[in-house]
Amino acid sequence: MNTNNYYPQAQEFQKELNSRYRVASIWQSLFLFALLIAVLSLTALMYNVIDGAFGYIAYEYKNDPSEFTSTPVNELTQEELLTILQSNLSSGAYKKLNNEQAMQTRSQADLLNLFLERLVQVDTKQTWTMTESIFQREKILQETASNYPEARIEFRSWLTPQFLVSPMSSRAEFAGVRTAVLGSLWLVGIAIAFALPIGTGAAIYLQEYAPKNWFTSLIQININNLAGVPSIVYGMLGLAVFVRLLEPLTSGSMFGISDANGRTILSAGLTMGILVLPLIIINAQEAIKAVPDSLRQASFGVGATRWQTVWHHVLPNALPGILTGSILALSRALGETAPLIVVGASTFISVDPDGPFSKFTALPIQIYQWTTRAQSEFHAIAASGIVVLLVLLLTLNATAILLRNQFQRKY
Amino acid sequence: MENNNNHYSIETKDLCILYGGFTAVRNVNIKVEKQKITAIIGPSGCGKSTLLRAFNRMNDFVPNSYVTGEIFLHGQNLYSKQVDPVEARRKIGMVFQKPNPFPKSIYENIAWGARINGFKGKMDELVEQSLRSAALWDEVKDKLHQSAYALSGGQQQRLCIARTIAIQPEIILMDEPASALDPISTLRIEDLMQELKKNYTIIIVTHNMQQAARVSDYTAMMMIDDNRSGGVIEFDETKKIFTRPSDKRTEDYVTGRFG
Ligand SMILES: Nc1ncnc2c1ncn2[C@@H]1O[C@H](COP(=O)(O)OP(=O)(O)OP(=O)(O)O)[C@@H](O)[C@H]1O
Ligand SMILES: [Mg+2]
Repeated sequence: MNTNNYYPQAQEFQKELNSRYRVASIWQSLFLFALLIAVLSLTALMYNVIDGAFGYIAYEYKNDPSEFTSTPVNELTQEELLTILQSNLSSGAYKKLNNEQAMQTRSQADLLNLFLERLVQVDTKQTWTMTESIFQREKILQETASNYPEARIEFRSWLTPQFLVSPMSSRAEFAGVRTAVLGSLWLVGIAIAFALPIGTGAAIYLQEYAPKNWFTSLIQININNLAGVPSIVYGMLGLAVFVRLLEPLTSGSMFGISDANGRTILSAGLTMGILVLPLIIINAQEAIKAVPDSLRQASFGVGATRWQTVWHHVLPNALPGILTGSILALSRALGETAPLIVVGASTFISVDPDGPFSKFTALPIQIYQWTTRAQSEFHAIAASGIVVLLVLLLTLNATAILLRNQFQRKY
Repeated sequence: MENNNNHYSIETKDLCILYGGFTAVRNVNIKVEKQKITAIIGPSGCGKSTLLRAFNRMNDFVPNSYVTGEIFLHGQNLYSKQVDPVEARRKIGMVFQKPNPFPKSIYENIAWGARINGFKGKMDELVEQSLRSAALWDEVKDKLHQSAYALSGGQQQRLCIARTIAIQPEIILMDEPASALDPISTLRIEDLMQELKKNYTIIIVTHNMQQAARVSDYTAMMMIDDNRSGGVIEFDETKKIFTRPSDKRTEDYVTGRFG
């Protein structure tokens, strides 16, 4: 019997092949469609954020700048501003500002802000999004003219260098993210410093040392499930353990810092560390699993101990994967909000965090806070804050990726 | 114990090797003579690699794998509590079935094993000498610091041999070291084995009957029994195995009428 007869021949084969190609192209278009939807939603997200961060603003001066100086506002020099501030601010207020940062060392932009904030007292009437500003310019101008005849109108970018370096303020026009960015960096730093060594160590033990029995499987299942626990639960844990139970440690009172309570950067960082721990362990385990057994055998074969094998062969080869895990962890820690609220992030704080025992705020908290405000100018700075958060995220990730590529074996 | 210290480096007594409930190798009783080459032959899956790995406790790493019976190394039970497996592996080097160089430079592949074992001599000399012994020096002397992964399969295998020689074990286990080599490199490896025989005891697994006949002094013929467990059905001088085997199955196998 000729087995060839069971397969389609010539014409019939062509027909079948064509139908196979048809099915293939249907699937291909479906995948393309999926990709388009993904790109579209990302674009929409980016646009939405950017849209809020730029736009027209209508504002009034409570006191006309000409009451203080004859120079036009945007031509004021640093010295002029200094003298104006010195002579018009109450001596108490001036001293306080000087204590925060010596007036002489402040930049022109900083001083100008102080001038506008304290003396001229800018009063924002209304803000518009970028889309509105571009497409409804006439309408905005008319509206402003009729509603606020006194008001000046200008196109403003809320995302300025000033926004990056200013501390928190109750006036959206002068508020900045410096405190929050520093808080976030401290947080992420503590979280990674805590979770990366512990997570990697745990993963090494589980993969290389632990016997495979019901007990280790139980631990494994728990770790996998912990990665999916809602972050608020970690917040509760952090509150109970780090803020309350370990208060002497986390408040710094053990080290002679008296006026703090447990709601410090250290508590929050450790909470975040616990939160990302499962993520790091799982990724490190995967990375270690991916190191081929033949390599371990080669190492044992020349008389290496388990530790030498792990240290010289398993770890270096797993390191890129471990770092990938820590990139994910980093992103997660940077963006989490709920646990920070539970652990007690301050919502209004204008002093920079100066160590692990400081009170703190973080970018997501700050952004959340601003979005809950009624005034539209706060929504504008919330949008700018999100841009900062995203840029920070990208920068940290890029750093981690560069680091990872550095470790990627040349062989 | 001292009495069998003279001739034999490895001696097994009723050795069984199990993977979980499966007896892969059953009741092996062989005596491997010092400074001789012993070949293990037999059809695929009969437990040759398993037996070889038991000799330097590589099977320790296979979960649920264990041995019953005894293996004596110079008269001492290899699986007794007193024997440190790391020390045992350092004395009994192994070249694996698949070449597995470290993802390091050629130089480091040899230097690493020497270094962790506390080698105090001149490393450059050791590397050169080991590579020469493994008939690889001429091919790699200009690229010692390039990746070992850039070598061909056969070169990698010779590098693995060089790596094993470098730590100067007493016994060298080779699992089909020539299976990825061309006939010329194979002959070189065989010459190398004759050279090494002066100082080392060599046990080699091979599928190549001519090779077994050419290089080995003794041959162990393995075969699967009815329970799919492998066992040594005949162990004798190679000359005898290939000319007057006492077992019919051996005769069939070595003459190519089987498996
Ligand atoms: N790690 C392991 N776990 C479970 N069973 C194994 C393991 N390694 C080998 N075996 C089984 O043990 C038996 C012998 O395998 P082994 O690798 O020793 O054969 P071999 O004689 O070396 O074969 P080949 O000539 O193909 O290399 C086979 O049935 C195999 O399936
Ligand atoms: Mg084998």
